[in-house]
Amino acid sequence: MKTPPKLAVNRLRERRPLDAAAVDRFLARHEVPVVEGSRCTFLYRGEADEVFMVHRTFGLPDHLPLRRLRGTDLWSGVLELPEGSRVEYQLEVVRGGHRERINDPLNPKLAHSPVGSSSVCYAHGHVVPDWTQFDPDARPGTLTDLVVPSPALRRDCPVTLYLPARFRPSGQYPLLIVHDGGDYLGYAAAKTVLDNLIHRLDVAELVAAFVYPGDRLAEYANSAAHARFLTAELVPRLEAELPLAGTPSARCLMGASFGAVASLATAYRYPSVYGSLLLQSGSFVFTDIGSDHGGGPPFEPVVRFMNRYRAAPRRVADRLFVSCGMYEPLIAPNRSMAPVFEAAGMTVRYTEARDGHSWENWRDRLRDGLSWIFPGPQKFFYE
Amino acid sequence: MRVVLLGPQRRPTLDSAVRSLGLPGPFATVTAGWREREPDDGELAALLGGSVVNLGLYRRGLDVAGRDPEWAAAEREVRRVLAAMQEVYLLRLDYALRAVYAVQRRSLGGAGVDVEAFEEAVAGVRQLDETHRRRVNGVRGEFYARFPPHERAVIAGHREEVAAGLRDSSALVVAGGHVGVLADVLHLFNVAAALPSSSGGSTVIAWSAGAMALTDRIVLFHDRAPQGPGQPEVYGSGLSLVRDVVLLPHAKARLLLDDGPRMAVLARRFGPARCVPLEAGTRIDVVDGAWPDGVRVIGAA
Repeated sequence: MKTPPKLAVNRLRERRPLDAAAVDRFLARHEVPVVEGSRCTFLYRGEADEVFMVHRTFGLPDHLPLRRLRGTDLWSGVLELPEGSRVEYQLEVVRGGHRERINDPLNPKLAHSPVGSSSVCYAHGHVVPDWTQFDPDARPGTLTDLVVPSPALRRDCPVTLYLPARFRPSGQYPLLIVHDGGDYLGYAAAKTVLDNLIHRLDVAELVAAFVYPGDRLAEYANSAAHARFLTAELVPRLEAELPLAGTPSARCLMGASFGAVASLATAYRYPSVYGSLLLQSGSFVFTDIGSDHGGGPPFEPVVRFMNRYRAAPRRVADRLFVSCGMYEPLIAPNRSMAPVFEAAGMTVRYTEARDGHSWENWRDRLRDGLSWIFPGPQKFFYE
Repeated sequence: MRVVLLGPQRRPTLDSAVRSLGLPGPFATVTAGWREREPDDGELAALLGGSVVNLGLYRRGLDVAGRDPEWAAAEREVRRVLAAMQEVYLLRLDYALRAVYAVQRRSLGGAGVDVEAFEEAVAGVRQLDETHRRRVNGVRGEFYARFPPHERAVIAGHREEVAAGLRDSSALVVAGGHVGVLADVLHLFNVAAALPSSSGGSTVIAWSAGAMALTDRIVLFHDRAPQGPGQPEVYGSGLSLVRDVVLLPHAKARLLLDDGPRMAVLARRFGPARCVPLEAGTRIDVVDGAWPDGVRVIGAA
C-alpha cells in the first residue's frame, strides 16, 4: 500500500534549524488550515499554555488539542475531513487559566451568522457554488420593505419583498415565503442567489416575501398566531396586490432550523394552502419514549408538535424539499422524518451535505431546493 | 415545400445552407424565441446577406396583449388552464415512466411475462402522451373558436402585416430560443398559411427551438437540469409542417445518451415518430414531407 506523503507540518518539524524564520517561511507558503487530501492541519502561532481547535461537528470531539512544535511558538493539530466537507471552527487559547475563543488569525475565511462569525475550513473537494456569488451579468431583482399590520401576532410585521428582474404586472408569479428573512438575505445571500438562479433559468421567476420573527422561539415553535399571520393576513394581501398565481402549487414556505418548524407547523394548520415546503436543517426534535429530548425549554413546544405529528402523520403539502448537514446533531431527526413525510403521501426530496448547522450550508442547498420546487424555464430553451 | 432543419447555430451553418439552396433573399425572419432580445438580429441578418425582414412576432404578441385586453385576459386564463393540465400530466407521467423503467429493469435480457409487461407499460405512457396532446390542442382550439383571431382587429392587422412581410421573401427563417413562445406566436399570426412561395415552393429554414416549433409534436426535455433529470414531456403541437418526428436539439448536452435503456424508452414511447437529435452541424432537408436517407435517429439499432 502506498504511504501517504508526509504532511507539510511534519516536514517543517524535521527542519533544522527550526527557528522563527523557518516558521515565517512556512506560513508564508501555506494557506491555513493546510489541506492535504483528507487531512487538514490547523495552526496557531503565539504563546499559550494550551490551544484547541473547537467546533460543533457532530460525531467528533468538540475540542481538538493543538500541540506545540518544539522550540517554536507554532501549534498544530490534524483533523481528517472527508472530501467536500466544510467545517466552521474557532480556536480556544488558554493562558494562565484564562480561556479565550477567537477566530483563526491565520485564516481569512470567515462565516457569519446572527450569533457572530467563525473561521471556515474548506476540505479537499469542497466547491463554493458560483451561483452564490455576485454575477454582474445577472439582472438584479428589487427588494422593497413593507409593513403588514398583524392582528394575529398583535404587532406590525416587517416584510421584505423580492420582485424578480423584468417583473411584469401581467405575469403570474409563484410566491416563496422565507422565514428568518433578514438572516437569509444577510447570511445566505438570498437576493444574489435568486438573481443568479433566475438569470440562469434554473429557477422560475418568483416573488419572495422575507418575513422577520418577533419573539422567534415562540412564533416559530408551532404558533397558531404565526400560522394565521402568514395564511390569513400576509398571503391574501400579497395575492391581492401582486400578480401572483394564487394556487397551492405556486406557494412555498421555506425556513431553516426553527424556521423549518414554523413552515411545517403552518402547513400543518392550513394543509390545503401551500403546495411546497423547503425545509433546511429542521429542528424536528422528537422523543420516542420519555421526555429527555436534550433541546432545553425552547424545544418543548417543538417536541410536543413533532410527537403529535409522528403519532398521526398527515399530508400538509404536495412536495417537501428537506435538507440537512451531516455534521449537525439534527441529522438524525431529519433522516427520521423524511420517510415519515413520504409515508404521509407527500413527494419528498431529501438531501444531505457534509456541512453543519450554518447559513452557508443553507445557502449552498438553495439551488437544489428552489429548482426542484419552482423549476426554471430551461426546458423551454433551445438556442 | 422544403423544410431545412439545422442544429444549434453557435458555429453558424445557416449561411452555407442558404448559399447551397441558391436563395436570393430577402428573408423573413422570426426571432421571437429570443423574447426581449428579438430585435438584436444583426448577426443573423449578416449571415443572410443583409436582406432581411424581421417579422417581429414577439413584439406583435406584446402589442396584442396591450391593445386587446379582452383577448389578453382570456389568453391568460387559457394559459392558466394549460399550466394546470401540464402539471397533472407531469405528475401522472412521472409515475408512469417510473413504472416503465422498473419493469424494463426486470425485463432486460428476459422474456415472456416481463417483456409483455414492459410493452404494456410503454403503451400506457403513449396513451397518456397522446391524450394530453389532444387535450392541449382541444383547449387551444376551443379558445380560438371562442375568440376567432381573424375577428380581432389588432390581431388581424398584425396578420396582414406578417403576410405582407412573408409575401416577397425567398424563405422563412426561424431561429431558436423559447419554444413555447415561438409556437404561440407562429400560431397566433397564422404564419403557416402565409408562407412564402418561390418557383420550387415554400422554403423554411429553422434550428433548435425554431425547428421544434415546426413539428406536430413538441417534446420538452432536459436530463441534466439542476433539479435532476426531468421526464421528456409532450408540450403540444407546432405548425405541423414536419410530421412524425420528435426533434431533440443539443441532444448530447441535454440528454443522457449513454443511458441505453432510457433512450430505448424514449424511442419506443414516441415511435413510429422518429427521435432525431439536432447537434451542431446537423442539416436535414425534408422535401414535401419526405425524409432523406441516413438521418441519425435515437434508439436505432
